[in-house]
Amino acid sequence: MKVLVAVKRVVDYNVNIRVLGDNTGVDLNNVKMSVNPFDEIAIEEAVRLKEAGTAEEVIVVSVGASACQEQIRTALALGADRGILVETEEEVQPLAIAKVLKAIVDKEQAQIIITGKQAIDGDNSQTGQMLAALAGLSQATFASELQVGDGTATVTREVDAGLETITVKLPTIITTDLRLNEPRYASLPNIMKAKKKTIDTFTPEDLGVDVTPTVKTLKVTPPSARQAGIIVESVEELVDKLKNEAKVIS
Amino acid sequence: MSILVVAEHDNSSVKASALVAIAAAQAIGGDIEVLIAGAGCAAAGETAAKVAGVNKVLVADNDAYSHDLAENIAALIVEIGSNYSHILSATTASGKNFMPRVAALLDVAQISDISGVVSEDTFERPIYAGNAIATVQSTDSIKVLTVRGTAFDPAAADGGSATIENLDIAKDEGLSSWDKEEIAELERPELTAASIIISGGRGMQNGENFALLESVADKLGAAIGASRAAVDAGFVPNDMQVGQTGKIVAPDLYIAVGISGAIQHLAGMKDSKVIVAINKDEDAPIFQVADYGLVADLFKAVPELDALL
Ligand SMILES: Cc1cc2nc3c(=O)[nH]c(=O)nc-3n(C[C@H](O)[C@H](O)[C@H](O)COP(=O)(O)OP(=O)(O)OC[C@H]3O[C@@H](n4cnc5c(N)ncnc54)[C@H](O)[C@@H]3O)c2cc1C
Ligand SMILES: Nc1ncnc2c1ncn2[C@@H]1O[C@H](COP(=O)(O)O)[C@@H](O)[C@H]1O
Repeated sequence: MKVLVAVKRVVDYNVNIRVLGDNTGVDLNNVKMSVNPFDEIAIEEAVRLKEAGTAEEVIVVSVGASACQEQIRTALALGADRGILVETEEEVQPLAIAKVLKAIVDKEQAQIIITGKQAIDGDNSQTGQMLAALAGLSQATFASELQVGDGTATVTREVDAGLETITVKLPTIITTDLRLNEPRYASLPNIMKAKKKTIDTFTPEDLGVDVTPTVKTLKVTPPSARQAGIIVESVEELVDKLKNEAKVIS
Repeated sequence: MSILVVAEHDNSSVKASALVAIAAAQAIGGDIEVLIAGAGCAAAGETAAKVAGVNKVLVADNDAYSHDLAENIAALIVEIGSNYSHILSATTASGKNFMPRVAALLDVAQISDISGVVSEDTFERPIYAGNAIATVQSTDSIKVLTVRGTAFDPAAADGGSATIENLDIAKDEGLSSWDKEEIAELERPELTAASIIISGGRGMQNGENFALLESVADKLGAAIGASRAAVDAGFVPNDMQVGQTGKIVAPDLYIAVGISGAIQHLAGMKDSKVIVAINKDEDAPIFQVADYGLVADLFKAVPELDALL
């Protein structure tokens, strides 16, 4: 079976982002960009399915500017077989991404589609679920364990109260949580090999998808800053402050 | 304008997160209807009818909705959804699971995790782990929204007298089934409902050492949280994780013990009223958000704190 992985290019999780002075967005100039951390986990899971003989081919898809090729190459170096870039310079929102991914799923007839639980830029946590809806498929979100069976997959999910296990029919959409696996690092020979793997490029129009956003960002502002606190010298002082100054304990 | 709030419940009562979603609906303004979907959930429907400001409660009591399977719940909501201007739920694991499915089936965007209502079509929401706040406007005919649990004061659980309507809609999509759960027994307040939280990080070294925090928590009536590092290392279960990808909390008092203060952790707790940090590294970033910082070895400081309470 084919496994499809969706990979988003995002600001690296170590970057301290800065809101632009004119409140139009965050400063993306000369900022390190990476594969969304949850998508690294998605790639790792797909590659493991291939290594286990469950999957024959792992395809990675990214939607965005041509620079997304870098993140597709990273995925190829980690063991994916080929890449697809759906190229557009426009801002593409989750519903439109899901429509684009649905077109690719239809084209490739993938049985398992793995996305991240959320992209750490917009923190939306929507795309996988939307893709499942549009494709009329089952979904298993926030996965911390995946077992593929015959025509089904059994997935342990991280929920608010702990863990739950569900069984979904294939084809299915899985979204990854942090503890699904620990992604590997790409080896130098694999980085070299990845350069020779194919990346096909389409536009949303090629796929017949209108990506016009319906949500407009009016402004982006910094969050309200916290007042600087103090360093206390002892546990006694701490308890005294909490009781008598902050009045949060009695 | 009619607003539908999909309320999370435990079959007997509605969850606090649902009261927050109802409060957000009140901020938007309009008739508020609450959907209670489940199996054996009539009692929860009755508690929802008492919530202040609710006009009508819809109860969909059917086995198909017993375990919150996203495919079935979404199909139900979509069946009734086009009657509403807004559809809301809390930003919980459950809401995050089915709401985007609802939005896509209605062919509209979802606005996730709103932290403010500017007008009926304009909302504020945190992005980049809360390091920026976006004000966004939707042109969709139906606004599908999830609501940040810490952002609105919950609607009063009493004082309302909504009518209750039973929905005879069974949507079993047959795509998924529920097998089992591993749910931690709660001896303490739930993280998202607690007014005091004490959290441990990698500095705790192992799961046994969390007993130090438990003792303090018992004296303060506090909930216990953790950093991702503590959960990944297997010290404590996943439901205790606070942060960008864990639970978002804003208690009156948050005590971070042996936690460095990575942005992903801060994203989940920096709206707490008072923050205390206990860390042996005076340069730890957690001190930049702490109202009271104590530079100390936690294995000395926490037992001392325990003794003083
Ligand atoms: C996509 C993504 C999502 C993430 N989501 C989350 C999330 O939701 N929540 C979250 O918490 N993290 C999250 N993280 C991880 C985050 O980046 C940090 O790695 C994590 O928060 C670190 O946990 P920590 O502070 O416990 O560990 P560390 O950073 O290792 O800090 C341990 C601290 O303990 C102190 N310490 C050690 N021993 C003692 C002692 N004896 N006495 C006192 N102090 C001591 C040290 O000085 C240090 O400051 C995420 C990361 C990524 C990439
Ligand atoms: N532009 C994109 N290209 C490819 N995959 C994406 C894109 N945006 C989102 N995704 C996938 O959807 C997941 C969830 O993203 P989001 O719904 O934006 O939080 C990500 O982890 C990716 O796997």
